[in-house]
Amino acid sequence: MELLNQISENLQNGFDEKVAALTKEAVEKQIQPEEILNNGLVAGMNIIGRKFKNHEIFLPDVLLAARAMNCAMEVLKPLLIKEGIPIRGKVVIGSVKDDLHDIGKNLVAILLEGAGFEIIDLGNDVPADKFIRVAREENADVIGMSALLTTTMPVMKKVVDLVKDEGLYGKIKIIVGGAPVSKEYALEIGADAYSFDGANAVETVESFFPKRGS
Amino acid sequence: MNKLLDRLHNGEILVADGAMGTMLFERGLESSECPEAFNLTRLDILEDIARLYLEAGADIIQTNTFGGSPLKLASYSLEDEASRINRDAVSAVKRAVSGRAYVSASCGPCGKILKPYGDTDPEAVYESFEIQMQAFAEAGCDVICIETMMDLRELLLALEAAKKMAPGIPVMTTMTYDATPQGFFTIMGDTIEKAARALEEAGADVIGSNCGNGIEDMIRIALEYRKHTSLPLIIQSNAGLPLIENGELVYPETPEFMASMAKELVDAGVSIIGGCCGTGPEHIRAIRNSISVFPEHHK
Repeated sequence: MELLNQISENLQNGFDEKVAALTKEAVEKQIQPEEILNNGLVAGMNIIGRKFKNHEIFLPDVLLAARAMNCAMEVLKPLLIKEGIPIRGKVVIGSVKDDLHDIGKNLVAILLEGAGFEIIDLGNDVPADKFIRVAREENADVIGMSALLTTTMPVMKKVVDLVKDEGLYGKIKIIVGGAPVSKEYALEIGADAYSFDGANAVETVESFFPKRGS
Repeated sequence: MNKLLDRLHNGEILVADGAMGTMLFERGLESSECPEAFNLTRLDILEDIARLYLEAGADIIQTNTFGGSPLKLASYSLEDEASRINRDAVSAVKRAVSGRAYVSASCGPCGKILKPYGDTDPEAVYESFEIQMQAFAEAGCDVICIETMMDLRELLLALEAAKKMAPGIPVMTTMTYDATPQGFFTIMGDTIEKAARALEEAGADVIGSNCGNGIEDMIRIALEYRKHTSLPLIIQSNAGLPLIENGELVYPETPEFMASMAKELVDAGVSIIGGCCGTGPEHIRAIRNSISVFPEHHK
């Protein structure tokens, strides 16, 4: 649909006010909030994510697009909640200790939230024990960790070890991602899953849960 | 000891030191701790590390102040100790090397993203760097090294702060690039050409790259810099990109391999060769030995 394409394109250009206005317009035109989310906003973020991965664009473009996404989500979120899109599970997410950037994590958090998960975002620079503490307190189903620097990756292993120590291994699922992280590394440290981009992270986390309505 | 810049302009090749983080972890730093907190309690360890690199043959030894800007220290609630953390780290290396090597004060990223992409005002970043640079100047470092920068704007703020608060002290600046099919870019999209031009104009004395790449890509980075600047170049390479063995990160490039490549860095026009992640005193010793067999560069 033309309006949803416009939302996606303006989001990719980082025009936050325009994206929020178009989202409002779509709501007024009775387009379903879930459709606006998936075919407008998430569609745009997926393109941004792919271009970033292919080095066609850089962090500034991703940050501006993510901000536009957030602006639109302020319009959509109350509607999604009112529509009774159910909370599908609780995810504690963060960038590991000493990591400078949290853009990948932010993107995944936004997409997961859009997909109906409850997100507890611990931000960046999160120490290993904090992931576990908050996951316990909040009774979370998933811990998601991101690293952008090779030097900070060992924190991921520490979190997996702590989850094992606390007897929560298998009860709390662990998903890892970030530029230097690989499927092999995830396997090595005993994480439940690795995801290579935002959309894949959503699919992976969804696979941890029984299908909606079933 | 002759002035650093004079030696570089005379065509001399100097060796810088290797990684700091691994050395600290081997000496009891916990991964949850602030690395610069050692500067308040364990200056003896800082002196030991400086001596190891000095004995390995480094001409330039860095201080443990990578995360010493108040903005970065704030994530450990140590921002009020910033001046002392930076001053004492410089003094510790000075004591250890006692004139036998240049003391290079390290300044890394503040850990924030500048507006409009992030939430931090450039003024706040500049003021934070000013405090760090003033401490470096007070403690009397020989050179300042602004390193591992991925945002040229942030680097230029740090450089401006260094020039203002530490006048007369030479400044080296290094950025971290990703190798992409389209060439080398920082994560913020800065190219080597753009960085070289802007840094030369802003008064950097030595420019180059550290971290993010193994030594072979660093040779390509050096050649690209050489195309766009006449300033002396510095390269501090990782010991390759890390591999995973038994769940731990391992850096694959041996001291012998890096030393064998060092000559190519010299041929590419690099004046200062050192190490970054995964390198230790043995790498520096091997690089030192390989550089010393090219006496034509020692005028």
